[in-house]
Amino acid sequence: MSDTHAQSVQFVRGTMIPEQDPPITEKGALKWMRENLFSSWLNAILTVLSLYVIYWVLAHILPWTVGGIWDAESLSQCRDIRDASGIDYNVACWAVITDRWHQLLFGFYPSELYWRPILALIIFGAAIAPILFETLPRKMLIVSIAAPFLAYWLLWGGSVWGPIAVAFGFGIGWAIVTYGESLLGALGAIIGAIVVPVLYWLFLAGPVGAALQATLPIGIAQIGSNQFGGFMLAIIIGVSAIVLSLPLGILLALGRQSDLFIINKCSVIFIEVIRGVPLIVWLFTASLLLNYFLPPEVSFDLMLRVIIMVTLFASAYIAEVVRGGLAALPRGQYEGADSLGLDYWQAMRLIILPQALKISIPGIVSTFIGLFKDTTLVVFIGLLDPIGLSQAIRADSAWNGIYWELFIFIGLCFFIFCFSMSQYSQWLERKLNTGHR
Amino acid sequence: MKKSVFLGTIAVAGLAAGAVSAQTLDEVQARGELNCGVSTGLAGFSAPDSDGEWQGFDVAVCRAVAAAALGDPSAVNFVPTTGQTRFTALASGEVDMLARNTTWTFTRDVDLRFEFVGINYYDGQGFMIPRELGVTSAMELDGATVCIQTGTTTELNLADFFASNNMDYEPVPVETNAEAQQQYLAGACDVYTTDSSGLAATRATFEDPSAHVIMPEIISKEPLGPVVRHGDNEWGDLVRWVLVGLIAAEELGVTSDNVMELAEGTNNPSIERMLGNEGEFGPILGIDQDWMVNVISSVGNYGEIFEENIGEDTPIGLARGLNAQWTDGGLLYAWPFR
Amino acid sequence: MTSMTEPPAESFRLSQLIYDTRYRSMTIQVVAFILILLALFWLGRNIVSNLEDLGKDFDFGFLGSRAGYDINQRLIEYSNDSTHARAALVGILNTLLVAVLGCALATVLGVIAGVLRLSNNWIVARLMAVYVEGFRNIPLLLWIILIFAVMTEATPRPSDFRGDRPEASMILGDSVAITNRGVYIPNVFFTRSLGGNEMAEVTDSAEATVIASSSGLDWFVIILVFVASILGARAIGRWATAKQEATGIRPAGAFWMQVGTVVVPSVIVFLALGATLDFPGLRGFNFGGGIHLRNSLIALWLALALYTGAFIAEIVRAGILSVSKGQTEAAFALGLRPNRTMNLVILPQALRVIIPPLISHYLNLTKNSSLAIAVGYMDVRSTLGGITINQTGRELEGMLLLGLFYLVTSLVISGVMNIYNKSVMLKER
Repeated sequence: MSDTHAQSVQFVRGTMIPEQDPPITEKGALKWMRENLFSSWLNAILTVLSLYVIYWVLAHILPWTVGGIWDAESLSQCRDIRDASGIDYNVACWAVITDRWHQLLFGFYPSELYWRPILALIIFGAAIAPILFETLPRKMLIVSIAAPFLAYWLLWGGSVWGPIAVAFGFGIGWAIVTYGESLLGALGAIIGAIVVPVLYWLFLAGPVGAALQATLPIGIAQIGSNQFGGFMLAIIIGVSAIVLSLPLGILLALGRQSDLFIINKCSVIFIEVIRGVPLIVWLFTASLLLNYFLPPEVSFDLMLRVIIMVTLFASAYIAEVVRGGLAALPRGQYEGADSLGLDYWQAMRLIILPQALKISIPGIVSTFIGLFKDTTLVVFIGLLDPIGLSQAIRADSAWNGIYWELFIFIGLCFFIFCFSMSQYSQWLERKLNTGHR
Repeated sequence: MKKSVFLGTIAVAGLAAGAVSAQTLDEVQARGELNCGVSTGLAGFSAPDSDGEWQGFDVAVCRAVAAAALGDPSAVNFVPTTGQTRFTALASGEVDMLARNTTWTFTRDVDLRFEFVGINYYDGQGFMIPRELGVTSAMELDGATVCIQTGTTTELNLADFFASNNMDYEPVPVETNAEAQQQYLAGACDVYTTDSSGLAATRATFEDPSAHVIMPEIISKEPLGPVVRHGDNEWGDLVRWVLVGLIAAEELGVTSDNVMELAEGTNNPSIERMLGNEGEFGPILGIDQDWMVNVISSVGNYGEIFEENIGEDTPIGLARGLNAQWTDGGLLYAWPFR
Repeated sequence: MTSMTEPPAESFRLSQLIYDTRYRSMTIQVVAFILILLALFWLGRNIVSNLEDLGKDFDFGFLGSRAGYDINQRLIEYSNDSTHARAALVGILNTLLVAVLGCALATVLGVIAGVLRLSNNWIVARLMAVYVEGFRNIPLLLWIILIFAVMTEATPRPSDFRGDRPEASMILGDSVAITNRGVYIPNVFFTRSLGGNEMAEVTDSAEATVIASSSGLDWFVIILVFVASILGARAIGRWATAKQEATGIRPAGAFWMQVGTVVVPSVIVFLALGATLDFPGLRGFNFGGGIHLRNSLIALWLALALYTGAFIAEIVRAGILSVSKGQTEAAFALGLRPNRTMNLVILPQALRVIIPPLISHYLNLTKNSSLAIAVGYMDVRSTLGGITINQTGRELEGMLLLGLFYLVTSLVISGVMNIYNKSVMLKER
């Protein structure tokens, strides 16, 4: 064999040739560029166009941003520094941020008490962590229960007994549900768990708190809500509205799914009316009209009115999100619950809602992002959110005439906050998706 | 559901603001704090400084009332209000008084049921225009584009002015003074119109103030003053006489420097009565006998407030003009303490 | 069997209302209904007593009184002598105008950005991601303010067009002027107008409104003719198709006949009415003549469209991704060309996913147009809900009307879009 071979073929390579590099257009940066930037004429044009846009934007913004002046007392001083250093183009006056950043973040909250809102934010973070991340120990949920009271106390201050007295009402309700069922029957226990705490809050909680405070005064300095402002205000409005709107939203979603005609129609009307009218109109309603709807002797301060209104607003959106979650559950879950002989509330509480809420979390988070962004609208009714504060800052004669710096700072803060939230929500969505396939 | 009840309880526990009633003074004293509605930010009149302390001409009126009613000029809760929300805030009892550049007009006084207690600044609507346009009179503004703040009387005045002079214009409505300033400087409007005090304050902060002229014409009367709710005359009287006291103190030469000295006793019976050494003026109003001593020692007299916040030595640089004492040819005329 | 007892006689006990599932739902509903009625009654009573305390009444008469303020952009006749109701109507039309323009542009931007974000061009995809994330994560209010400021700062002022060596000049053969007060474009007016001698008014007016309202009748006639000729063209098309099906040959020149039917009558009417272009030019302080698209409108329009476009881009991307790759491959296997694959296979399926969220974003855009207040665009919230309420002190009535307007608009939009959605959905089967 080898002979014939030797005759027919003149040359046989005995060894492997050494590996060669691929052609220069098929490797490294060049290949990547060819595939990703210049794969066709259209793509090449788009690439060049994009590069030009990027260059153009950076050329206009970078010198202004980077050359910014950080150390000045007022805008005119900024201009003097710029002229003295011989720069002939406009530069940013970031000094307004160094001078006023604390106001943009905390409003008029006393600076020596900044630890309180920060601590409240940390507690809030700890409270929602076990809900957002399943890997954390379940015991952390205890923090979640205590967090609203703790955060309220930290932010507004005052006697520690007030929030404790209020929290005690929930304890009563829980005790009635847990231990009263044998005594009162299921329905009686639920009714009792609602009525008794309400009566307690209306008539007893105040005096009890006051009496406890009189016997054992523990408290921290009280801060009025007019001192709140900036991002702190935006976060408080956004977070409390979402947290408070969850129970209401779930009820509305159940109402909209319900077979009971009147309840169904009422839920639908409420949701559609709220969603059909812009938030800014609702905010003006809160500021101009809410006092018409309340008895003459009751009057809330503006921040509370805004929180109530935004809560109602958010609850309609949450209801739609939860309804989506309820609809996404396989029909078998409902039938399974029925076949176990669970009544409506048991089925909802033990089987349907836990699953529906879990798949609704991404939707709830994006509702929250939208709501958080929308808190900027409170500027139109005179609350000093970041944009409102930027106007107040510009009314100070030292900073009158400053413009872009404040808005860029505010925009950047919003971006960081909302972007990280949306990344979380997308991560969660991916995780949930794989779980279902 | 549970949480919203919690919120309601918060309200009961202490967030609830005072309710509307006829006894504003009692409420303010019980609360220990005056709720005073101010503008969300107008240079020289009301703006928070970097420590969050509100400063300005209107703010000083709030502090004066707090000093009189509570003896403490810092016991004020400043409620920022916009042009749109100010009247509702007052009507609903959210604020006890408005010290905010609010023009005294018939409808506001009678139809909207408010009470203007006096005038702390005589203003008038004017026009500001870049010098390079070469316009010297408001009568030459036919066809101009005019920046104007919405929600104010200036809108109506402007429409009336151009209509009565058979001229055409294009309004550019803006929400705040700061926006108007940005629009005007960028040249998006030829003219900026607002109260002439506001024009001067705005011009003072320009990079080159001399490149802009304020037209000589004043097209409206804008008497600005503190406002209270209709129907609570005791409270209205208190605010009114604090304002009158500020003006009278300047006329009588009582300043924050010499008020303590004068309170010991002088031979001028007017000062004696005002500072509480004679008569029972404070108790008649339902407040301390030495109320005007508190007011003057904490915020100064009208002239001092003016000079400190908007006077010629400040960046705002307003001349007294109409707001001088009647003895100096102005319109300030304090009613006698007697 | 005979021992079977009679069923117990139905006796109704009160406790059955709670414990018997037949009656329980009834009980719950009645209780809920009573509670809701009580709540409404309570609110109503509060309103009445509060109004009484304030000495106000509930009266829409203010709508008939003189408004007294001017509105710069008006699609219909309006002056400060008109009524508040008229001012509200001007505002409503302005809201609808910016909403319609915004929805159209947002859709275009969203589709482009959504498709480009899936592009295999690395830099374009990244750029689109920056656009989408940037607009989605920063409040709309900030964007409106910033875009408005950029537009006033970056464009030349009218005075720059003046002088012997102006710093700025008009574009497109001196017919369009871009200034920081807005864009001036030529306007069409009619020398032989049907609505009387209105030419003088158009040329005199230094501030022509966005759409010259003076020649409404002429435009109506033109549109009427145009619609009629389109119907005619369709009839020709049907005739040609019928002929083709019958004989196998499409009549020669059918296409050109259609084009002619559409174009010729409209052009004739146009010329018969004496259509002339009114070019903008410097007059006094400003440009005069032509149509003035104000900066406030453009800024609000762009901001709304860019913001909503970012959301629509994500929807479009998700929609396209939701169509599985096998569909494309199957279409290619059938020999369909890429653009027909897109039109016939991918898009109809993607639309099913895209349409429902698209509707809600159109609704959002319409509602967000109420932020016009930030740029001084005189929409219904600024006129009825702003100046009118402020001048008359009728906040209850004004807010009620305002809320009602938005509610009706939302319901109409979602109703119409749902009908469209259903028609798309049917193609699923």
